[in-house]
Amino acid sequence: MIGIFDYGAGNLRSVENTLDSIGVRYEIVTDEEGLRRASKVILPGVGHFGQLIHSLDALEVRTAFCELIREGVPFLGICLGMQALFEKSEEAPDLDGLSIYPGVVRRFDSTARVPHMGWNELELEGRPRLLGDVGEHPYVYFAHSYYVPTEIAGKRTAALCNYGIDYVAAIEYQNVFGVQFHPEKSGVLGQKVMRNFLAAESLVVKS
Amino acid sequence: MLAKRIIPCLDVTDGRVVKGVNFVALRDAGDPVELADIYNRDGADELVFLDITASSDHRETMIHVVEDTARKVFIPLTVGGGIRSITDARTVLTVGADKVSINTAAIERPGLITEISEEFGAQATVLAIDARRSKPGVWNVFTYGGRNDTGIDVLEWAQRGEDLGAGEILLTSMDCDGVQEGFDCDLTRTVSRNTRIPIIASGGGGHPEDFVRVLTDGEADAALAASIFHYGTHTIDDLKNVLNKAGVPVRMRC
Repeated sequence: MIGIFDYGAGNLRSVENTLDSIGVRYEIVTDEEGLRRASKVILPGVGHFGQLIHSLDALEVRTAFCELIREGVPFLGICLGMQALFEKSEEAPDLDGLSIYPGVVRRFDSTARVPHMGWNELELEGRPRLLGDVGEHPYVYFAHSYYVPTEIAGKRTAALCNYGIDYVAAIEYQNVFGVQFHPEKSGVLGQKVMRNFLAAESLVVKS
Repeated sequence: MLAKRIIPCLDVTDGRVVKGVNFVALRDAGDPVELADIYNRDGADELVFLDITASSDHRETMIHVVEDTARKVFIPLTVGGGIRSITDARTVLTVGADKVSINTAAIERPGLITEISEEFGAQATVLAIDARRSKPGVWNVFTYGGRNDTGIDVLEWAQRGEDLGAGEILLTSMDCDGVQEGFDCDLTRTVSRNTRIPIIASGGGGHPEDFVRVLTDGEADAALAASIFHYGTHTIDDLKNVLNKAGVPVRMRC
């Protein structure tokens, strides 16, 4: 079962519509039990980092998320859902993210118009599975004020984007995928990204 | 590089597009969902639905339009017109809109900007401003579809809107709107230079060169228009070719 996690604030409808359009069945899950049943998990996020983290804690799913990711269940974090994988964000400095990876999500500095809003090009790193068959420099849709710096994503970086600086537009490591852009709002390319995620194997060797 | 956005606007009343549409063989010329899909295929970067329904009895119809469009068209959708509360905003966002645009309601109760921004994020909060030049280099903010002069200076209101949490400004020049003789580049440049959020220029786009000008000299991040696309004078694809040749970064149709 493909589980889309609903923490109450994100608008899930667009993600649902995209999966419907490519003929994929899914369930909306809202708790630990639902997460445990899912063979793949999508965490869409919009809004505020603090609100997302508070909601995950209020729903008592922090441990479940960390465990399923460590166990090798394919995970796709969208926008805030990718940022949540890291330790901290400048958007809510007092809160801990899921802390799957170390590092702090940062705010764009004052030289750029914020939010970074609109269609921008990806620079692919190597041949990420998530971004197969999307062309060399695809345009995808972004809407965000905070970003994952390259130094904290390191070898997990699947694509960069330039907005004043180069920052991380997608990550990919074993079973963990994340995109800063919105595949559900990126037209045909976004549908391909979703298909690629759903086709991806975990690559985690179970001991 | 971040592309400059081209945004067709569809004025909808009682579930029908009202401005004339005669550029393609539509099965039904007034169907907003069908038109949205055509614009999407033609390379629109986003779509704005403006609900100009006079009576609140028909608001349900707009919800269905948004819901049906979001099922077919996978680009950002903004809904404006009649959003007066956090509940109104939630209703359209829940059925698949990505942003709401607020205008008169924000002037009357500026806290609404903050409420929407805190609940749904700045990226979902568009402040629409209708401006009319009062003297050279000075513009006043109008409400109620341009009928009421608030006496408020456009720069003051744009900056306040940004501080209150707006993530974008949809800036319409009432002097240029409907005339198709070019955007008010002085207006967009002035607001753009004095704010740090994206500016969508609106009002006056009649020729591809107008779009080139407002996205370069006018320093706008996006341009919105209705008639130029509805009447088929130029397709979005044509327009983007002109922009591309002029060196304006745009997302070409794929």
